[in-house]
Amino acid sequence: MRTTAVIIGAGHNGLAMSRCLAEHSIDHVVLERGEVANSWKTERWDSLRLLTPNWQSRLPGFAYEGGDPDGFMTMPEVIDFIERYADMISAPVEIGTTVSSVRRTDDGYEIDSTQGRWQCRTVVLAAGACNIADVPNLAQAIPSSITTLTPMQYRNAGQLEEGGVLVVGASATGTQLADEIHRSGRPVTLAVGEHVRMPRVYRGKDILWWMDAAGILDERYDEIDDIKRARKVPSPQLAGSPQCSTLDLNALTDIGVKLVGRLAGVNDGRAQFSGSLRNNCALADLKMNRLLNTIDEWATENGLDNEVSPSHRFETTAVEDSPPLGMNLLSGEIRTIIWATGFHPNYSWLDLPVLDRKGEVRHDGGVAESPGMYLMGMNFLRRRKSSFIHGAGDDARELSAHLASYVDGRTTSALRR
Amino acid sequence: MTDKAVDNGVNVEALLSAREALSEAPAGAQFQWRATCKWVNGTHSRSTVEGFHGLGEEQKHKTKFTFDADHPEIFASEDKGATPVELVLAGLASCLTAGVASVAQLREIQLNSVSATLEGDMDIQGILGIDSDVRNGFEGIRVTYDIDADATHDEIEAVVAQSQKRSAVYDLITNPTNVTVKVT
Repeated sequence: MRTTAVIIGAGHNGLAMSRCLAEHSIDHVVLERGEVANSWKTERWDSLRLLTPNWQSRLPGFAYEGGDPDGFMTMPEVIDFIERYADMISAPVEIGTTVSSVRRTDDGYEIDSTQGRWQCRTVVLAAGACNIADVPNLAQAIPSSITTLTPMQYRNAGQLEEGGVLVVGASATGTQLADEIHRSGRPVTLAVGEHVRMPRVYRGKDILWWMDAAGILDERYDEIDDIKRARKVPSPQLAGSPQCSTLDLNALTDIGVKLVGRLAGVNDGRAQFSGSLRNNCALADLKMNRLLNTIDEWATENGLDNEVSPSHRFETTAVEDSPPLGMNLLSGEIRTIIWATGFHPNYSWLDLPVLDRKGEVRHDGGVAESPGMYLMGMNFLRRRKSSFIHGAGDDARELSAHLASYVDGRTTSALRR
Repeated sequence: MTDKAVDNGVNVEALLSAREALSEAPAGAQFQWRATCKWVNGTHSRSTVEGFHGLGEEQKHKTKFTFDADHPEIFASEDKGATPVELVLAGLASCLTAGVASVAQLREIQLNSVSATLEGDMDIQGILGIDSDVRNGFEGIRVTYDIDADATHDEIEAVVAQSQKRSAVYDLITNPTNVTVKVT
């Protein structure tokens, strides 16, 4: 089979790209290992909601039109949203088509899948940034009496044994799971490394409203100081809840979650926690305040000070005087450990020398080094919002334009803007 | 890198270009630090540092540095040098302070004075073997910085926080390290 472009993955990124390629009249197909919105259907816990508000759910030619713009979509709602989008744009999706190999040919790429071989000029990798849960090496030393789970295996607290739970990692996933599991009656200890603190609501507006309005989410990859570092920043401690509640470490401490430092080692059945908890909390507080300062300055410059509630600062993160540096994992107190330590993409099917030494595709704003290859959906791919649903639109518009000129023979190297 | 005359004596351009070069050639980033130590008498010993390995080859300090360590007279020692735990505090202080200067330079913050006071609390029932529930090492370490700089209090706090994040000795003290001691 032959086509001009193959998009791998029919999530919001692949579909946004499909819509944009159709606008350029570029013949293409979207290969999907499962069904449309597969990861959202099969790899998320039951209670998860988007952490972006409904009004922010928009894709090229499509937007949320329900009656609750400030609410947060449940997973069934996200799936419905993406499925309706696929229908609306009549995306040429081949479901149940798992890609097993992508190879370079003289004039493009050759792609093997469970439904046959495709030849194409260009390929768009839109299979997601979170295919595989990261599990640290020290997991091997965890006593076998403890059940360990990744967030991809976790569905709800009911599947866990009664008893204590150690959640490792305090980003969006770790804080949400810590909250839900602790409320189920299983006492949670949360191992906290570097993290990003954010209030859900500031001065009466959602924090993402501010970041959107002030242009922070639109900051470009080629305009910020250290893009490598920016791409590594952990996901913010945010949750989408009907109550719009803040889910920071203080909120977790308030319900009885115990904070400890980063899990630094496991030795003779004993977990060792880093003594850096206080500094990691101080860094997150300072960083949050810098964000709030930016927002305040923007509000003043734009004459909003009389329209929104006054500027204020949040309590600093409470850290006990001497947080525990260790925990006996053999005592039976902890029954389950959850690795909320991040995710990475699966590129096992990519038979091309395009990965860097950390296993990531080398790219310039989504334009891979291999000519005609594009990447979507990664953290800060082209803008701070790239990993959000509404971030797919601008990235797809720009990368599809690049792809179209590549196909026309108008560009051979990376087009930055 | 700036027309403001921020000068903390740190060559940030050199550090940034080293960072760039080493991220392209990570083998050069593999360093080994060394010290030798000779027993003098009693609890007095003298450590020496001179050679180390880095950037793919053997390196040397400009001069050999020596450090005497001993214990005070109340430990029935002759007090010929700092105690080893005080040297650890000094190492932490120097590491963090070097970080403060570097981060401040990078952020174009002029430092006027920086001083740190360190306190490490220790229950010596541990090292004396009186109570096996008491650890040998510090129960906790407090570092207090007094910094005069052309910056806001929050900016100074952020410099100090960032210096902890990048500090080798802070990491050594806050995280476990495998230590292998053998006898030839």
